[in-house]
Amino acid sequence: MLDYETLRLVWWGLIGLLLIGFAIADGMDMGVGTLLPFLGHTDHERRVIINTVAPHWDGNQVWLIAGAGCIFAAWPAVYAAAFSGFYFAMMAVLTALFLRPVGFDYRSKIDDTRWRGAWDWALFTGSAVPAFLFGVVFGNLLQGVPFHLNSFLKPHYDLGAFSALPALLNPFALLAGLISVMMLTVHGAVWLQLRADKVVAERARGVVSWVAPLVTVLFGLAGLWVFYGIEGYRIVSQPALDALPNPLAKEVVRAPGAWLDIYTTMPLAMLAPIAGLAAPLLVWALSRLRRPGLAILPSALTLTGIISTAGLSMFPFVMPSSSNPGSSLTIWDAASSALTLKVMLVALGIFLPLVLLYTTWCYFTMWRRVTVKEIEENTHQAY
Amino acid sequence: MIDETFVELSRWQFGAVAMYHFVFVPLTLGLIWILFIMEAVFVMTGKEIYRDMSRFWAKLFAINFAMGVTTGLTMEFQFGTNWSYYAHYVGDVFGAPLAIEGLMAFFLESTFVGLLLLGRDRMSRKAYLGVVFLTAVGTNFSALWILIGNAWMQNPVGAEFSPETMRMEMTDFFAVVFNPVAQVKFIHTVAAGYVAASMFVLGISAWYILKGRDLAFAKRSFAVAAGFGLAASMAVIVLGDESGYELGDVQKVKLAAIEAEWKTEPAPAAFTLFGLPDNEDMETDYAIRIPWVMGLIATRSLDKQVTGLDDLIDQHEVRIRSGMIAYGALDAIRNGADTPETRATFDAHKNDLGYGLLLKRYVENPQTASEEQILKAARDSIPKVSYLFWSFRIMVALGFLMLAYFAASFYFLAKGTLDKQRWLLRLLVYSIPLPWIAIEAGWFVAEFGRQPWAIGEVLPTFLATSALTSADIITSLAVYLVFYTALLAIELFLLFRFARLGPSALHTGRYHHERQAKAADAAASPTSAA
Repeated sequence: MLDYETLRLVWWGLIGLLLIGFAIADGMDMGVGTLLPFLGHTDHERRVIINTVAPHWDGNQVWLIAGAGCIFAAWPAVYAAAFSGFYFAMMAVLTALFLRPVGFDYRSKIDDTRWRGAWDWALFTGSAVPAFLFGVVFGNLLQGVPFHLNSFLKPHYDLGAFSALPALLNPFALLAGLISVMMLTVHGAVWLQLRADKVVAERARGVVSWVAPLVTVLFGLAGLWVFYGIEGYRIVSQPALDALPNPLAKEVVRAPGAWLDIYTTMPLAMLAPIAGLAAPLLVWALSRLRRPGLAILPSALTLTGIISTAGLSMFPFVMPSSSNPGSSLTIWDAASSALTLKVMLVALGIFLPLVLLYTTWCYFTMWRRVTVKEIEENTHQAY
Repeated sequence: MIDETFVELSRWQFGAVAMYHFVFVPLTLGLIWILFIMEAVFVMTGKEIYRDMSRFWAKLFAINFAMGVTTGLTMEFQFGTNWSYYAHYVGDVFGAPLAIEGLMAFFLESTFVGLLLLGRDRMSRKAYLGVVFLTAVGTNFSALWILIGNAWMQNPVGAEFSPETMRMEMTDFFAVVFNPVAQVKFIHTVAAGYVAASMFVLGISAWYILKGRDLAFAKRSFAVAAGFGLAASMAVIVLGDESGYELGDVQKVKLAAIEAEWKTEPAPAAFTLFGLPDNEDMETDYAIRIPWVMGLIATRSLDKQVTGLDDLIDQHEVRIRSGMIAYGALDAIRNGADTPETRATFDAHKNDLGYGLLLKRYVENPQTASEEQILKAARDSIPKVSYLFWSFRIMVALGFLMLAYFAASFYFLAKGTLDKQRWLLRLLVYSIPLPWIAIEAGWFVAEFGRQPWAIGEVLPTFLATSALTSADIITSLAVYLVFYTALLAIELFLLFRFARLGPSALHTGRYHHERQAKAADAAASPTSAA
């Protein structure tokens, strides 16, 4: 079957796939949630917005759960170092996410303006804050995280969890966070054009008309920043690629422009940033032409392009260490054993296609434009 | 060596978020099958009242489900955020069931629950029944994979330590999946969830019957819950007994601690029904003992011994000494002295490496431990007996009490005199919290009884933490508790509100409050007055 080297490469792709799946599926809910207080002017309109994603957001969120689970199984070292290293950022993501399940279910159960208004902002927070922080985390990964592994491979942080916070919110990371929110907002706005009452859909179209080009501009800016302002990481020497994982056995240097190496060694990788730059403009054009059904494709491509660019640029790094580059985690030395990777490959190969199949059926079954009239008629059943 | 306060705080945080999560999970596990039963009866008979039952209980299901998802999020990330060394050390094995849970079960449950709550009108009755069924399957499979993971923490089979990668690695996936501990644990746990959901439906329905409202609705709900609960509570008890047998086999320490079996007795051992275990002097005061019973439960024989804690501590001391040798060999292998001799030494002692690590609580390098430290570590190798002794007895007593409730409910229902048994109905209303107490006590026995290990005999809990500080944990623990408690208060507010409203919450016009309102309207309007 697959050798250990190939398995690790495949798993790098699969984790990327799960993250992209998360962005396309749950990112859409997060975009919708971010737009909720702004595009819904009346209670009915806000309920229209909520009900376009109400039957699906929970399944979509599992992309995050399954993604985290697969990182645990396939890259335990990354799961250990990243989640504890970004301790308070993770906590902020989690507490914000707490608000979504209850927000969706509880909001319309009580007919009271203040109650519903509070839950609307809870849903906004539960959508915008995680979207922003996921971007911030990627922004920090690109710059390297100050951690090292001790001889027993336990991750230690060279700043405490508290003092790491200001460093976490550095300008480049803030830009990455902004890109993340904006790209998901566009994605959510395209969805609302497809599924929400015409009044709301028209407002969503207005959002796309300026946010989509903004995504291209911000992403381009981030690209220039990486080109001119950020030192990448480069492996000088490491054990053979089929050796047992040992994160402490390699030599790594920081070098300007190292994050661009992949685009010279493998020019095809250029497709990712090109997609990240061009696809938002395509979304913009199709949205202007009132073709949201087509616009959803380049919208998904935008997310794919931007996330892939981050992943490809860092290849084979997953979590570089700024304070002790030798402790950096790569797809080769953060991976699980060959057996675990195989078992998980089989599990993913069986279940992910099934998930896509029944999720499609669910979307198909619930497919309609949610109108204000429908909400009025179903006021006790709808969310 | 080890910051005890920090370890304690990390454990408190894990305990708190896990216990909170398991307030919501059991109801989900059981109520989904109750919904399925009601929906199935509706599809088969076409009687509207069964659809109303399914719709009403689904409302309460949804309120609870949302909190289950919310508190479950933390669980998925907690091993990385707060137990990073655990994550590194056993992620190769433990990560797999957790990831498969997401892919196989949680996706299924979460994708279909949206249609369960909002899609009834958009598909045929049979398709909708299928949706409920798939949600139920997803929910229960979810429990299966989580318990496979948890069982591996109790009884780590199918894995081996690798000195090169400095972690446990999977050697046999099917051994992990078919861990005997997982099998019994799964059925015991989901059946406990069914009991909780049955008590919930039974208690609320009893309240409607006491109030004399929506009787047709309430009695049918009562009947479903009584039948389901009776079967489930028997399953819990049988599988609980099976767990006792399995403990006698693979988790001798936990068994001895639960039973306060301080000294090995001649077989068959007596069962201590009641008493006051004293952790310091290692004896139980005022013990009431039933001869033979314990030996029968744990070994299913009259001639096999149940090992007492004193002998277990002695055995552990031997293993600690062997673990010191394993640690020394590991140290040599990782620091360039990877000779066939050190390998042979390591292989001979590697199964005791975990015991060697117990010394890290007192000394940086276990090889240099003093005699006194070895004895202290051996003494650490058993959990605190009194807590386990008591929580176990609370769990078992409540289990039997609930079995009696279900049996009585079933009996009077069948006899047709349920309405007259107002004592029973009242008792049922106030007993709604009992299954939760039993379940939390049960988890306490399972998890506290595993101490001092995060992974049984492999990784001590105090080594499994992240490199954080006490201040970090105090902050996060406070934030979690504030959020969880606020959300729990909101959840209970909604549950009470909708439970009081009863089926009138469906706005069909057929139930108590709406009929009352209609009657009041009619009485107040001038035409009817004339």
